[in-house]
Amino acid sequence: MGQVITLKVNGVLREVEVEPYELLADVLRDKLGYKGVKKGCWRGECGLCTIIMNGEAVKSCIILAVEADGAEIETVEGLARNGRLSPVQDAYVKNAGLQCGFCTPGFIMASEYIVRRNANREITPGEVRSALSGTICRCTGYKQIIDSVLEAHRRIKIVR
Amino acid sequence: MPLTAIHYLHVSQPRHGRGVTLLGSQFTVREFKIIGKRIPPKDAFDKVTGTGTYVYDMELPGMLYAKLVQSTKPHAKIKGIDYSKALQVPGVVSVATGRDFPFRIGIYVGDRDLLAIDKVLWVGHPVAAVIADSVRAAEKALDLIYIDYDPLPAVFDPIESMKPDAPLLHPDLGRYRVSPAFKPRPGTNIANEFHLKRGDIEKGFSKAEVVVEGDFSLPFMSHVYMETQAVIAHYRQNGYIDLWTSAQSPFAVRYLMGMSLGMPMGRIRVHVPYIGGGFGGKAGLGWEPLVAMLSRKVGYKPVKLLLTRSEQFRLAPVVAGVRGWGKIGLDRNGRIVAYQARFIFDSGAFGDYTVNVSRTAGYACTGSYEIENAECESYAVYTNKIPTTALRGFGYPENHWVLERLIDKAAKELGMDPVKVRSLNLLKPGVSYTGTGARLREDAGNPQKVLEEVAKGLGWGEKARDSSKPWRVRAKGLAVSVKGPSQPPDASASAIIKFNEDASVDVLVGTGNFGQGTVTSLAMIVAEEFGIPLDKVHVHELRSTNDSAYTWQTVGSRGLFTDGSALLEAIRDAKSKIKRVASAALRVSEDHLEIADGKVYVKGKPWHYIPLERIVMGYTFENGNAIGGPIIGSGRHIAELNTYLDPDTGQGTPTIFYTFGGTGVEVEVDLLTGEVKVVKAVQAFDIGKAINPLLVEGQMIGGFVMGQSRALYEEIIFDEMGAVANPNLSFYYVARAPDIPEEWVLRIIETPQTDGPYGARGIGENVMIAVAPAIGNALFHGLGVDVRHLPMKAERVWRAIREQRPELYQKALSALKEEIRREYESLTRR
Repeated sequence: MGQVITLKVNGVLREVEVEPYELLADVLRDKLGYKGVKKGCWRGECGLCTIIMNGEAVKSCIILAVEADGAEIETVEGLARNGRLSPVQDAYVKNAGLQCGFCTPGFIMASEYIVRRNANREITPGEVRSALSGTICRCTGYKQIIDSVLEAHRRIKIVR
Repeated sequence: MPLTAIHYLHVSQPRHGRGVTLLGSQFTVREFKIIGKRIPPKDAFDKVTGTGTYVYDMELPGMLYAKLVQSTKPHAKIKGIDYSKALQVPGVVSVATGRDFPFRIGIYVGDRDLLAIDKVLWVGHPVAAVIADSVRAAEKALDLIYIDYDPLPAVFDPIESMKPDAPLLHPDLGRYRVSPAFKPRPGTNIANEFHLKRGDIEKGFSKAEVVVEGDFSLPFMSHVYMETQAVIAHYRQNGYIDLWTSAQSPFAVRYLMGMSLGMPMGRIRVHVPYIGGGFGGKAGLGWEPLVAMLSRKVGYKPVKLLLTRSEQFRLAPVVAGVRGWGKIGLDRNGRIVAYQARFIFDSGAFGDYTVNVSRTAGYACTGSYEIENAECESYAVYTNKIPTTALRGFGYPENHWVLERLIDKAAKELGMDPVKVRSLNLLKPGVSYTGTGARLREDAGNPQKVLEEVAKGLGWGEKARDSSKPWRVRAKGLAVSVKGPSQPPDASASAIIKFNEDASVDVLVGTGNFGQGTVTSLAMIVAEEFGIPLDKVHVHELRSTNDSAYTWQTVGSRGLFTDGSALLEAIRDAKSKIKRVASAALRVSEDHLEIADGKVYVKGKPWHYIPLERIVMGYTFENGNAIGGPIIGSGRHIAELNTYLDPDTGQGTPTIFYTFGGTGVEVEVDLLTGEVKVVKAVQAFDIGKAINPLLVEGQMIGGFVMGQSRALYEEIIFDEMGAVANPNLSFYYVARAPDIPEEWVLRIIETPQTDGPYGARGIGENVMIAVAPAIGNALFHGLGVDVRHLPMKAERVWRAIREQRPELYQKALSALKEEIRREYESLTRR
């Protein structure tokens, strides 16, 4: 028995029929086409499905789609505007904060959240490490990712 | 504390060895515009925007989905499979069982079935496949397949499995197809054995002042590449198979498919888009033949198989557990006079790559050292557990875990500095012979410099810094490592470059792109050689066997060396074709032409030139006459002067290069919990030439953390049925951001190898090899605690401290009590 829910994804209103058991990650990927939302563990451990929902970073593979009815959602696809990368994305490129790239969407969304949330204050490397602890990267060893977040945060603070 | 302090350094070594100058002007004089620059990965835009496509993301029109039924028994005959109910689930198209595919495959030993044929070999062994129009329908049907088993005795321990009365997993071992370098022992569970013999081991040990020996072990581990295994196969009615697969080596997939299915290779087209990590776990052949057969079975429709993480842990190949033993003899001056080692690789149900991993552990058992008397034996043994395959490092992390730890133990016994002992015994390029009796090429690198840089970076000899609490202790340790590609002696590679109308270049290579950075480096080489901007060099992310240039495999840290060498030849080829046309157009001899800055010009008269745009599609004279035509360059590389190894002694030349490296760590150990925190990492590698230092650092950091994760946390746990008991990322812990060291020292040493591109050697694997031994040595040195089994998890280290240094534990406990008492007093006083 399907149910129609409404999501605002990257600024666009979407209506979609979902089953009560369907996960938000699957609906975003398979029904709405946001393939940047990845799954690496299927149970909320790896953070690859991280999106920003109503302003909070969440793991979309452990949220039922029906729970998200009416939510405002940002995925990695919504960050770049007309080919211009967000400061976080740009910092990841410059610092080589990625290798195989499969975890990158999850890290970018977690990083966006960290940078926005702390836009008005200093953040320490230790805070960035903790804030990224929910997402797994097997390639980079995290250092260049942490550097990317710190650089993006610095840049955003300068702009403001 | 600042997050990081990167001390970056290039050490150029134009002279080395015994005063021999051997490097041509290629290395010493040339100045580069792009090579050696810190350039972000070329595919970064696709990846940060989430728009890069992985097989995981792909869907084809009319595609069906496969799910696998896993065995619930570790070793049993299949009496019957009833799937009639499963076929009644709406959406289910077909069910396949092992009887549908009565043949075996395998890269070195043809021991693997596509689905269990008549008997199962581990809990998780795929017994049947359901193909349905949705994943959900397929999943529903899985529960409606009833399998009747007749249990057989099972064996889970590799030592037990080697005994003559052990239950046999593969009674037909003698009838399987086997590659020439491998020696399974029919009638036993031994999938391969390897023996290295050099010098006279008895005589060697008789000269020893100290002899130290010990048992070591490494557990099964998972690669945890973030993209789980994914394959889409479309068997077409016209006899072609199209495969989209998350695999490292598209050509190996094609070759092995063709061999095992008896199909013409050209009819198998393997396509590989972005790959979500590999680390050796996606080398060779995976599910491709099964999914191709399923596609045919359902009437030539595309079929996708995607494993969930828990399926990945239970039924896809992981990394073998190893029981190791070693014995080393040092004379009174600290020279290694004899070394003996034994490795037993627990291969699980199939041999896959593990037969070659174990062989490599054997032939490279003497590590970075010149050891005149050595005997090593190595076995890959079947057990009723999940099958195993290659991992980054391929036998070297295993043999280094034994050798590099024993060196420190022996040095202590002798009362010598372990750095001194290493320095005394390191291979000398041009002079020394390796364990396989091959004389090390004189431009193989500078192992002494590597050791020196690790010791310096770590502050070896200076006391470790004070820890934050009296019950925590800081300690330093180091180890060196060596790594060469483990490939057949005739492994080859090729490259094609073709010019576009605007003098931009398309590069066609076969090497896989799973984040190593090779593709960016290859593009940089093309840009450098033609003097064109990097933006004008294009390497498509998709590899297709039908239109990418051939390369044997993307493994063994070989990509840049082999495919880069082929690319340089392709560039030379294209340049000579360009010059031939330009010679007619500019009316000078080809010898007097030079190509740079996107132009072909007359040497000495750079103003007399033709832009490449006007020549790469053919040159047109004023009157319309034209010469030349579209420029395509092709190049090849094949391993030179490598040999098969002697079947009895393991002697010969197995590799095209050895990369020397070393790792140092400073750790902080909590004596009361056994928790080990790495606070500082030192990595030094002689890679000949860093084409892109930014990406080299990425390998050095990423490899360190993977090595740290393996050293301290990772372990697959088996239950009494041999089933994986921790098939998820909560109970199988891998390093996360807060775990990594705060301080990093990264050293790149550049002693060029004459036949490598710009002198470069491979780096991708060596970066994790010495990490575990360095941490183990730190515990040994700083704490006097000897931990010989991985992972060095808190519980194990805690036990070791309590058993080996009880006084240390008591002192720490008193310190904690004292602090609690003081705190309590200060609180009550208030």
